[in-house]
Amino acid sequence: MSSDAHALTHDHAGEHAPPRGLMRWITTTNHKDIGTMYLVLSLIMFFVGGAMAMVIRAQLFRPDMQLVTPLFYNQMATMHGLIMVFGAVMPAFVGLANWMIPMMIGAPDMALPRLNNWSFWILPFAFTLLLITLFLPGGGPQGGWTMYVPFNLQLGYGFPFMIFAIHLMGISSVMGAINIIATILNMRAPGMTLMKMPLFVWSWLITAYLLIAVMPVLAGGVTMQLLDRYFGTHFFSVAGGGSPILWEHVFWFFGHPEVYIMILPAFGILSEIIPTFARKPIFGYHSMVYALASIAFLSFIVWGHHMFVVGMPVAADLFFMFATMLIAVPTGIKIFNWVATMWKGSLTFETPMLFAVAFIVLFTIGGFSGVMLALVPADFQYNNSYFVVAHFHYVLVTGAVFAIMGAVYYWLPKWTGHMYNEFWGKTHFWLSAISANVLYFPMHFLGLAGMPRRVPDYPVQFANLNMVASIGGFVFGLSQLIFVAVIFSCVRAGKKAEARAWEGAHGLEWTLPSPAPYHSFATPPEVA
Amino acid sequence: MVTKRRTIGGVLPILGTLTAALAFLPAPVRAASEYNLPYGVTPISHAVYRLHMLAFWMMCGIGVVVFGLIFYSIVFHRRSRHPVPAKFHENTVLEIVWTIIPFFILVVLAVPAARLLLRMENLRHPQLTVRITGYQWLWRYTYPRYGINVYSRLSNPSLASVHYGRHLSPYAVPHYLRSVTHPMVLPTGEKIRLLVTGGDVIHAWWVPDFGLQVDGNPGLINAMWIKILKPGVYRGACNQICGWGHGYMPVVVVAKPPAQFLAWVRRWRAAHHGPGAGDFTPKPL
Repeated sequence: MSSDAHALTHDHAGEHAPPRGLMRWITTTNHKDIGTMYLVLSLIMFFVGGAMAMVIRAQLFRPDMQLVTPLFYNQMATMHGLIMVFGAVMPAFVGLANWMIPMMIGAPDMALPRLNNWSFWILPFAFTLLLITLFLPGGGPQGGWTMYVPFNLQLGYGFPFMIFAIHLMGISSVMGAINIIATILNMRAPGMTLMKMPLFVWSWLITAYLLIAVMPVLAGGVTMQLLDRYFGTHFFSVAGGGSPILWEHVFWFFGHPEVYIMILPAFGILSEIIPTFARKPIFGYHSMVYALASIAFLSFIVWGHHMFVVGMPVAADLFFMFATMLIAVPTGIKIFNWVATMWKGSLTFETPMLFAVAFIVLFTIGGFSGVMLALVPADFQYNNSYFVVAHFHYVLVTGAVFAIMGAVYYWLPKWTGHMYNEFWGKTHFWLSAISANVLYFPMHFLGLAGMPRRVPDYPVQFANLNMVASIGGFVFGLSQLIFVAVIFSCVRAGKKAEARAWEGAHGLEWTLPSPAPYHSFATPPEVA
Repeated sequence: MVTKRRTIGGVLPILGTLTAALAFLPAPVRAASEYNLPYGVTPISHAVYRLHMLAFWMMCGIGVVVFGLIFYSIVFHRRSRHPVPAKFHENTVLEIVWTIIPFFILVVLAVPAARLLLRMENLRHPQLTVRITGYQWLWRYTYPRYGINVYSRLSNPSLASVHYGRHLSPYAVPHYLRSVTHPMVLPTGEKIRLLVTGGDVIHAWWVPDFGLQVDGNPGLINAMWIKILKPGVYRGACNQICGWGHGYMPVVVVAKPPAQFLAWVRRWRAAHHGPGAGDFTPKPL
């Protein structure tokens, strides 16, 4: 044992310094390098998808805008969804997992470092394939990120590119998930039992199982589309005995766990940030773990709530309605536990905490509209309206994205060795939080008043609120430039960060110096 | 020529948004709201509206409690006021309580929702059946009993504004993007069964005033029923992305009392099936 440890120490002190230049990044198997690359890719994709959102909001600024053609508008709406889901939110969480999980469980690296390199480097090619479609005859995907058939089969030359891009993203996600599970189950420091793991690690363990369970379903589904289009099968064609509804079931069987894949790690992040700035241990650790697990389980049996107007039997409608409403219980437990963690703490509001508190409030608003959407009769009105758009932007932007931003501010000192600029961090927060509400809150009203989603133009009675939403959207988009500036300046310089950058922080990652050394925990720490 | 008389109104909506919660009040005068579901003109839409308001107020109540606690904690448990944090990190009784109470709140919502759903799905004894088929990008309304086919697409004034640049302000077009060449005509007071399907890709037929939307899936038929209580013109749109023209296939329904509806049927038949076709015997139900 001791000679092993000696060998490792010897190793990393000597000839194993990283190569310099581009080759460092292409050949790296280091979890910190790969985590950084995931996060940078995610940030780039956030701006690519964000630029598309700006086109959407500009087109909807007032009725009859005619800034882009309806065809291009549909491509923007579709690509915005695909890019934000697969390019911005998911890689950000995988990047955080790469950086933090080994450091949080006292492991030297991920369990499968070469697989790790591969699962990242697939992604730039996947997104190149996807973005190329915009320049092909017939344009990019136009049927929404849900890719409903038969319409999706009418696409131009971009169709197979989109399918293969999704295959690649799926392969990358599954490999990443396998790696995370292998790391968590095998490489924890001695003494760290499962029920002593930080909640961020727990949330990712469960998320990784969700990924392995559902990404192959999506891959299979899009392959069926490919076969239908080019190889004469009739999975989704009524004329050949298939059914377009089959696609909707396959897609949402993937799609609902997918939206939880995008929120469970956010729950984990919150459970790290809030105790730190409340200076008080997380309330109800065990129930937090059980709530995560039950949310994950329920996510597999609620996909039908996306399909209430598709025409399902009453019994199915009722089942999916009840199962969906049940999710509010474990989600409520999480919210209450966070509030109880804050309760009688000694709170300070640095930027990560601001994002975390905003998450609790705004995600809960998204949860409220979620419960309303679960009511089948009311969903016959809400479905596919801007009410739905408001709902999922509250849970995904002011939910998942705010959690990611909070996490970046929280761990930047550990990554870079510098404190970020608190003034600009807070400015970024307040601009984002206010503008996001100006952007998304009016969408509730638009949807209730009858505005369908995915339309390039609208009747004049929706003009005022759309203008408000667009203004909010532009401010939100511009505010994110501050985020980039804060990150850049923090990487380059800043006040020196201590090992325990936040006085209330606990966890193994804070026992390492800041910035974390290239190789950490070559000798596992003892966890009491 | 009417110019954009409401663009200045673009300054007001911020105020409008802030005060919008007021619009959620179950208004005694149920005019079409810019901020809320329409009360509608069918028994189902009324029930849906009430369910929606029940859910909305319950969510508001929960929000007041949860956000109140968060706000209280933010104000009174900040370090400047509360420098020494407490140490507690679990309380089994509390955790059981906040698992069970939400469960019962959900039951309170689920019961009326389930009852209403069963009522909506009761398709027995319709007095009229109309088949609705969505195409890229128009609607077809078929009345099997009267042998009538109505093709309904976006009407010309809206089209002019869409296709030929800015010759017309959308404010100058009556019902911009919500008017059609030939509306669907339905009788009031009768239980009407709607059979909805898609001719090419998936469409969705949605009229907010009727409190429902139905997907039109190619090769499958969805059934729903409505009973319109008030004569009038009701407008909606396709609500499932179906391509280039998805935003340009509105639904317009003109509801007339039964006698006038039958007169319309006769006029339509005479106009489209020859002068003698106005006199006819409807096929039995």
